[in-house]
Amino acid sequence: MAETLTHTAHEGEEKLWDGGKSPFKASYGKLMMWYFLLSDAFTFAGFLIAYGTLRSSMPTWPVPDFVFSIFPGGFHNTPLYFVTVMTFILLFSSFTMVRAVQEGHRENKNGVVFWMVLTILGGIAFLGSQAWEWTTLIKGEHVSVTTNPFSAHTESGVYLAGDGHDIKEGDTFEVGTPYLIHKHDGEWEFLKYKVTEGEDAGKIKQQSFGPKAFGALFFFITGFHGFHVLSGIIFLIIICVNVATGLYVKRKNGYEMVEKIGLYWHFVDLVWVFVFLVFYLI
Amino acid sequence: MGHSYEKSKKDATKFILILAAITLFEVFFALLGKGYIVEGLHFPLIAMAGAMIIMSLIKAYLIVYEFMHMKYEVPGLVKTVLLPTLLLVWAVIAFFYEGRDWQKRRDLITDKNNQKIENPVVPRQTGMKTTKKIKSIG
Repeated sequence: MAETLTHTAHEGEEKLWDGGKSPFKASYGKLMMWYFLLSDAFTFAGFLIAYGTLRSSMPTWPVPDFVFSIFPGGFHNTPLYFVTVMTFILLFSSFTMVRAVQEGHRENKNGVVFWMVLTILGGIAFLGSQAWEWTTLIKGEHVSVTTNPFSAHTESGVYLAGDGHDIKEGDTFEVGTPYLIHKHDGEWEFLKYKVTEGEDAGKIKQQSFGPKAFGALFFFITGFHGFHVLSGIIFLIIICVNVATGLYVKRKNGYEMVEKIGLYWHFVDLVWVFVFLVFYLI
Repeated sequence: MGHSYEKSKKDATKFILILAAITLFEVFFALLGKGYIVEGLHFPLIAMAGAMIIMSLIKAYLIVYEFMHMKYEVPGLVKTVLLPTLLLVWAVIAFFYEGRDWQKRRDLITDKNNQKIENPVVPRQTGMKTTKKIKSIG
């Protein structure tokens, strides 16, 4: 009864709400991909905002262009070079993804496979670079989720000892000068220094660990992003195999599956734009 | 899609080059502002952060509108996806404010802990009970 009533009351709209129409002119799968990405954007935003909040609550924080200043092949003092390369790899794989989707629109199977394979290789290259970056931090510099040897000075002073690396006895530093505490034979070596300015001038102090949260935030957020890249690669491989075997030819929908994984892949690149901004640029 | 294959091919190349150029400029600006390129030159953090955020937002716009084809979606879809993200604007402002407040509180506590009092004010003794209490704390 109620049904008949509503139907007669809104005769004009009957057709609009009877289904079979697509007000957003997008398929269910594509629309849901957009909403999944929206929710994922909130997850990442939550993590990045947590990073910003903790960073702004600390009197000192590791300096990114000091922390990320090593390049493969033993190059030091190359601030942000490596992460720029990583960003370019991901950007390029986004470009190849765009090309794969375009080839899909004109039902060019071989074109789709070619550009998807390049995208997969880009993704693998990015993950490899991230693995190298993590190894450098964990093995070389002994950063862990609970220990952070990177920090920056909150007062100016002069070192009373060298560390056998970059710091020599008598080196002076100012507020904001970054430092890394080294490990020698399994023991942390906290350098002693004399404060030269301010209230504590003349006092002898020693280096202390940087904000503990840095390691956990870095590994967790870049790890979560890396996990997205990894799942993206897995889905790209599955879909690429499906394209190659001609599964989507029969569907005649311009390789929409490639478009959907494309949306996801660009999103991973989009998130990296903000990870890059928050962790490396600022 | 309402545009020819050749045109979209050209667009893809154009926008990837723009994205790469912005990224290079960001890195250049980050290093410039921290004194790597011109010795002794330092930009204030707020100017650096502001410029970087604007450039990142431009990159985000290009990725979403050009690469993810948001440009070609109907307005309803665009609104349902993009409007909710405006909530994040407030989240960013509120949490950064909160973070700075945590720091102020920490500084205040450190300050209070380091204070040396020359002539401690002893509360007026009104009875034996109070005196005992003070002694047990001190």
